[in-house]
Amino acid sequence: MPELNLTSAPAHLRHGSNVGQPLTRRDGVLKVTGQATYAADNHPPGMLFAVIAVAGIAHGRVTSLDVAAAKRHPGVVDVMTPDHKPQLAIDPEIKTNPFVFRMEVLQSNEVRYANQPIAVVIADTLEAATEGAVLLAPRYETLPALVGLDAGASFVPPVVGVGNPTENHRGDVEAGLASAEKQIDATYETPPQYHNAMEPHAIVAHWDGDNLQIDMPTQGLMLSLARVAELFGIAHDKIHIRSPFLGGGFGSKGLMAGPPVLGVMAAKLVGKPVKLVLRREQMYGPVGHRAPTRQRLRLGADGEGRLTALDHHARTVSSTFDDFYEPAADASHTLYAAPAIRTSHDAVRVNTGTPLFMRAPGEATGSIALESAIDEMAWACGMDPLAFRLKNYAEVEPVSGKPFSSKALRACYDQGAARIGWAKRPLQPRQMRDDAGLLVGWGMGTATFPALMFQAEARAAIRRDGSGVMEIGAHDMGQGAWTALAQIAADAVGLDIDRVTFKAGTSDLPDAGIAGGSAHTATAGAAIHSAGAAVIAKLADLATGDERSPLFGAGNAGVIARDGRLLRRDDESRGESYAEILARAGVAEVEARGTGAPNPAAMEEYAMHAHGAVFAEVKVDPELGQVRVSRMVGAFAAGRIVNPRMVQSQLFGGMIWGMSFALHEEAITDRRSGRIMNANLGEYHIPVNADVPPLDVITVEEHDPHVNALGIKGVGEIGITGSAGAVANAVWHATGVRVRKFPIRIEELLTQR
Amino acid sequence: MNHSISLTVNGARRDFVLDDPRVTLLDLLRERLHLTGTKKGCDRGQCGACTILVDGKRINSCLALAISHDGADILTIEGVARGDQLHPVQAAFIAHDGFQCGFCTPGQVMSAIGMMNEAQAGNDPERIRECMSGNLCRCGAYAGIVDAVLEAQGQMDETNQRRSA
Amino acid sequence: MKRFDYVRPANVTEAVAAAARPGAVYLAAGTNLLDLMKGNISRPDRLVDFTHLEGLDAIERLADGSVRIGALVSNADLAHDADFARSYPAVAEALLSGASAQLRNVATVGGNLLQRTRCAYFYDTASRCNKREAGTGCDAREGENRTHAVFGWSESCIATNPSDFCVPLLALDAIVEIEGRNGRREIALEALHRLPGDTPERDTALEPGDLIVAVRLPPAARGFAGHARYLKVRERTSYAFAVVSAAAALRIDNGRIAEARLALGGVAAKPWRARAAEDVLKGVAPTADAFQEAAWRALTDAKPSGDNAFKIELARRIVVRALTLAAAGTPARLPALPASPFASTSGAIHA
Repeated sequence: MPELNLTSAPAHLRHGSNVGQPLTRRDGVLKVTGQATYAADNHPPGMLFAVIAVAGIAHGRVTSLDVAAAKRHPGVVDVMTPDHKPQLAIDPEIKTNPFVFRMEVLQSNEVRYANQPIAVVIADTLEAATEGAVLLAPRYETLPALVGLDAGASFVPPVVGVGNPTENHRGDVEAGLASAEKQIDATYETPPQYHNAMEPHAIVAHWDGDNLQIDMPTQGLMLSLARVAELFGIAHDKIHIRSPFLGGGFGSKGLMAGPPVLGVMAAKLVGKPVKLVLRREQMYGPVGHRAPTRQRLRLGADGEGRLTALDHHARTVSSTFDDFYEPAADASHTLYAAPAIRTSHDAVRVNTGTPLFMRAPGEATGSIALESAIDEMAWACGMDPLAFRLKNYAEVEPVSGKPFSSKALRACYDQGAARIGWAKRPLQPRQMRDDAGLLVGWGMGTATFPALMFQAEARAAIRRDGSGVMEIGAHDMGQGAWTALAQIAADAVGLDIDRVTFKAGTSDLPDAGIAGGSAHTATAGAAIHSAGAAVIAKLADLATGDERSPLFGAGNAGVIARDGRLLRRDDESRGESYAEILARAGVAEVEARGTGAPNPAAMEEYAMHAHGAVFAEVKVDPELGQVRVSRMVGAFAAGRIVNPRMVQSQLFGGMIWGMSFALHEEAITDRRSGRIMNANLGEYHIPVNADVPPLDVITVEEHDPHVNALGIKGVGEIGITGSAGAVANAVWHATGVRVRKFPIRIEELLTQR
Repeated sequence: MNHSISLTVNGARRDFVLDDPRVTLLDLLRERLHLTGTKKGCDRGQCGACTILVDGKRINSCLALAISHDGADILTIEGVARGDQLHPVQAAFIAHDGFQCGFCTPGQVMSAIGMMNEAQAGNDPERIRECMSGNLCRCGAYAGIVDAVLEAQGQMDETNQRRSA
Repeated sequence: MKRFDYVRPANVTEAVAAAARPGAVYLAAGTNLLDLMKGNISRPDRLVDFTHLEGLDAIERLADGSVRIGALVSNADLAHDADFARSYPAVAEALLSGASAQLRNVATVGGNLLQRTRCAYFYDTASRCNKREAGTGCDAREGENRTHAVFGWSESCIATNPSDFCVPLLALDAIVEIEGRNGRREIALEALHRLPGDTPERDTALEPGDLIVAVRLPPAARGFAGHARYLKVRERTSYAFAVVSAAAALRIDNGRIAEARLALGGVAAKPWRARAAEDVLKGVAPTADAFQEAAWRALTDAKPSGDNAFKIELARRIVVRALTLAAAGTPARLPALPASPFASTSGAIHA
C-alpha cells in the first residue's frame, strides 16, 4: 500500500502543544476527494467477485442447491458449498477463546437463522456472481423458528456482556420497596437493532502461496489475524491485513465474522484474489446486532424523594448456538445512590445470528429504561427530574461502594441545564406549545460509560534527521485515530506533529488491541505515550553519557524533550537537537517500545466512569403524533480531551444514536418466519439530516489521575446513554403519554387529543 | 450482446464496450474504471453514498444502468478538486468536521454540490437539512455537514457577487 | 439480477410492439424497476428503454387551460417548474415530500404512477405474496402489517400504493394518456390503479405494451391553486414513505366552499378519493366542525387489515388538518419541509 498522504489543512494549523488542540482530520483531504481506500476499493490483478447466498428460512436445513444452474450462467467460475470448499484447520464451532464467536462458513447444511450464508458464488464479474447466487434457488427442510422475547423457556445465563456477573445486589431491595412511600413498577421494551455502518462488510483476499493478503475493515487487527491464522492453520507472519479506514464499525467489525472468512476460503478455492462484499440485507444476520430486551424496573422512594430501592431485571435473547447477553440491567450499577440495588438478567434462545456488541452494549439499552424509570419516579414524587437526580446523586459507586476516580457529573448537570434553560421547565407535562401549536417537551437523562483500558503496544523511533516515527496497529473507524493518536505521538516524542511519521491500520505494526469499549484512544494512547517516553529516555542516555554533549551528566530525570530538542530541566538554555545527538553517536535511529494496559490497583480502588447529562427538546404534533427533536444539549465529563473537534463529533454522533434509539430504529421480525422484514435502509430507519436539530455539546473539564497516564476516559459510546432517555422523557413531557416500548411510534401518541 | 457506449467522466471522454447490460453506473465506475471514490452503501437507492452528478444533476448511480446513459456527462468525487485545490464544499467539510468514517462523504459532497446547482435551499439551514436528507450518515455528522454547506454556499454567493459586481 | 435483452425502440410504435412481448418491461429512469430487479422481485427478460424518445418530456399548457405533463418529465423538474407549482401547489408539495432529491432528479412522472407497493412481504422473496407471485398466498395478512391497507383490501392482498404524487393528482381528476397496441387512449387516473380483489398481481388497468405517455390535469384543476395542500405523516422527518397522507384542495367563494377535493395516500392499493367527504363540504363554510364531519365521512368504510386500526384514526385527523391548512391558504413558497407537520409555514394548528 502506498504511504497515506496525511495532511493538515493549512487554515487550521495548531498553536502550542498537540494534545488538546482541535486539529482537523489529517485524513480529511483523502476522505473528501475519494482517495481514502476502503477494503472494497481494492482490485488486485486477476481478482474475481464472490457473492454470498443466504438462507431464506430461520431454522432448518438446506436440502438442495442448484449449483448447475448457477454454473451455467456466463462468467460464473465456481460455487462454494458445504460439499465443495477448502478445508479449515479447525472446526469453526470450537471457541478457542472468549472473543471467538461461532460463525457459519459452510460447515454444514444446518440453518440456524435467516440470512445465514449457505453458499458462495465466484465469478468474473459482480453481475454474474450476484445472479449466480440467485440461481442456486435453495430448497429447505423448514423447522419452526424461535422468535421473540417469549420464544421459549427462559434461563439465567452464566455471565452477561463480557464476563459480568448475571446478578448483583447490595442491600435489601424488597425491604427498601416495602418501606417506600412511592413506588414505580414499569416494564420497558427495546427492539433488535442492527449496526448498519455505511460501509458494508467487505474483504479482498489474495493468497500468494502460503502468504495471505487481506483488505478488510476491522476494529481488531490482531484478533482478526489470530482467528484467520487458526482457521487456516497458517503462521501469523504469513498474514497481512490492511485496514486503514473503516466505513464505520460500531462493534460490528470487532470480531472475525463468517463472511470475511468465506472470502478467504473462496480465494483459496479458485486460486485467485477474491472480493466479497455483503449486500445491505445480508448485514442483518451474520455480523451481529443489538439484542432486544424487556426490562422491568421497580423503584421505591421515601417522602423526600430519596430512592430506597432500585430493582432492574432484564430479559434478553441469544442465538440457539452461542452466547452473548446484552447486560442491560448493569446500567443501574453506577448512577443513583439507592441503598438497595439489585440487577438481574435472564434470556431465551431464538433463531437469530448471535447478538453482539453494538455501540454501548447494555449501557444504551439499560439507560433508556433506567432514565425513563427515574423520570417516572421523579414525577411520582412530584419533583423536577433534575432535582430528583441530584437528590439521589451517587457520591460513591452505589453497587460497589468504591469512590469514583473522578466524577464531574454535577458540573455536567449544571452546565447542561443552564444551556437549555431547564429552570423554565414546567413540572407538569403537556404545558408547552410553540407558535404553530405543536406540543413542546423537555426531558433529560444522565449519561455514563465505564472508562476502560485494554492492552496495546507501540513502537517509537527518533531518526537521524531528528524526525520521529510512531507505529501502532490502531484503527480509525471514524473516531479520528489518524489524528488524535498522532497528536499524542507528537507530544510523546516532543516533536511537531508534522515531524512524526504515524503509522497505523495494518497488522504488521505493534498490536493496538481492539477499537471498542470507547477505550482505543486511551489504550493506544497510553502505549504511544509510554513508547515515546522510552525512546526519549534512550536518546537522553546517549546525550547525558557523552561528555561532548551539553547535556552530559544531566541524567535521565534531568532532561526534557521539546520541539525536537533535549533540554536540561534545571537550565533550559542548555540542550541540543535530536539530530545532533544521533549524529554524534553515529546511529541511524533509536527506537523503543511501550505498552498501554489497565492498572489493576486503580481498578481495585476506584470506580472509573465518564459521565454526562443530556437535555432534549421535542416537538410533537398534538393530533398526528409525529415527533421531531428540536434541540439537544449534552454536557459530558470524560477526562482529558485529546482533540475537541473530533470529540464533539463523536458526542454528536452518540446523541443522534440516542435519538434514533428512542424514535427510529427497529428491526421488524416476522413472528412466524423469524425473517427480518425491513432489512434495508429504506425501512430500517436511521435518522436523516432533517431529523437532526441543532446540537450542543459541552465538554466539562475533568482531570483524572487514575484511569491511565493520559487521563483519557473515552467518548465513543457515552453519547447514546442519557440521550435516548432524554428524548423519551421529552416526549412524555410534551404529551403526557408515557411510552415504554421503543422506538416510540405514532400510534402510541394518538391516544389523546 | 455487446453494447458500445461513450461517457464523459470527469471531463474525459471514455468509450466502452459493455458486455453486460446489467452494469450500473456505480459498478461501472467502481469495478471497471476503478474510480472507487464513489461508494456503495446499499445498492438500492436508500443511502446516497453513490451520489454522482449526471449532466449536472445529482443522482443515485446504483439505480442507473450504464447502458441507458450513453453520451452522459458524469462528475464523480475524483473530478471535483482542481489538482490540489479543493472545491469549497470539500474544504468546508474538513473545516466543519462534516464526516467521521468518511464512507458517506463522497456522496455527501457530490450531493451538496448538486444541491447548490439546484438552488432550492440557499442558505436556509432547514432547507439544507431537507435537501440533504437523501444522504445517510451513520456516524451522525449531520451538524457539520449543514455547517459546511452553509459556509460553502456563502463563499459561492460571495464569488458570484464579486463576478457580477 | 436476471440477464435481459436491452432494446431501444426508434419511436413509440416500436416501443409498444417491443414491450407487448411476454417478459418485456419499460425502462424509464429505473429507480423503482432496478430496485425491484436487484431484489429479484421483478425478473424481466427484456428492457425497453424509451428514455431517448422525443416529445415525452414536456410540460405543456394547453389552450383549454389544462396542463399536459410528459411521462418522462422528472419529478424534480415538474415540482420546480414555477408555473406548475403555482397552479398545482399540492402536487408540487407531494412530489417534493417523496423519496430524496437524487431520486426525484431522475424518477419520472410515468414511473411514479407505476411504482409498486413497499409491502415488506412483496419485497421479501422468501415470503408468500400474491402480488409478486399469483396464487401463493399473502404472508402480510397475519404478519407485520401495522402500515398496511385500511381500504379496499382483500384476503389476497393488503398492500398499499406508496406514491405521494398520485394523491393530489387523483384529487384533481388527473387523466392518463396511454399509447397501446390499438393506438392512443386515455383513462382517469382513478381507473388506472386496481384494487386487489382476487388478482392482486395486476396493479393497474394497463395491458401488455401499454405506455403511459402523459398525464393531464383538466382545466378545473387550476381553480384550487389558492387552497391546496399535501400532508404526509412519516416515521422520520424526510426520506420515508407515508404512514398516511392526504391531499386537500378547496375552491372558496364568499367564505363558502364552492368545491372540495380530498384524497388519501398510504391507505389502499390505490390512491383513495374521498368523494363522500367532498360532498359534505360543498357549499358550507370552512369550519372545524365541517372538516370533522368530512373526516368521519371519509373514513366510514375503512377497516383494519391487521395491527393498523390506528391508521383510520390517524387518517381522520390528517383529513381535518389537511383541510384546515388548505382553507388557510396555499403558502407563498413551498415550506422547507414539504408536506411535513413540522413545515414552518403550516401555521397555527391548534388554539
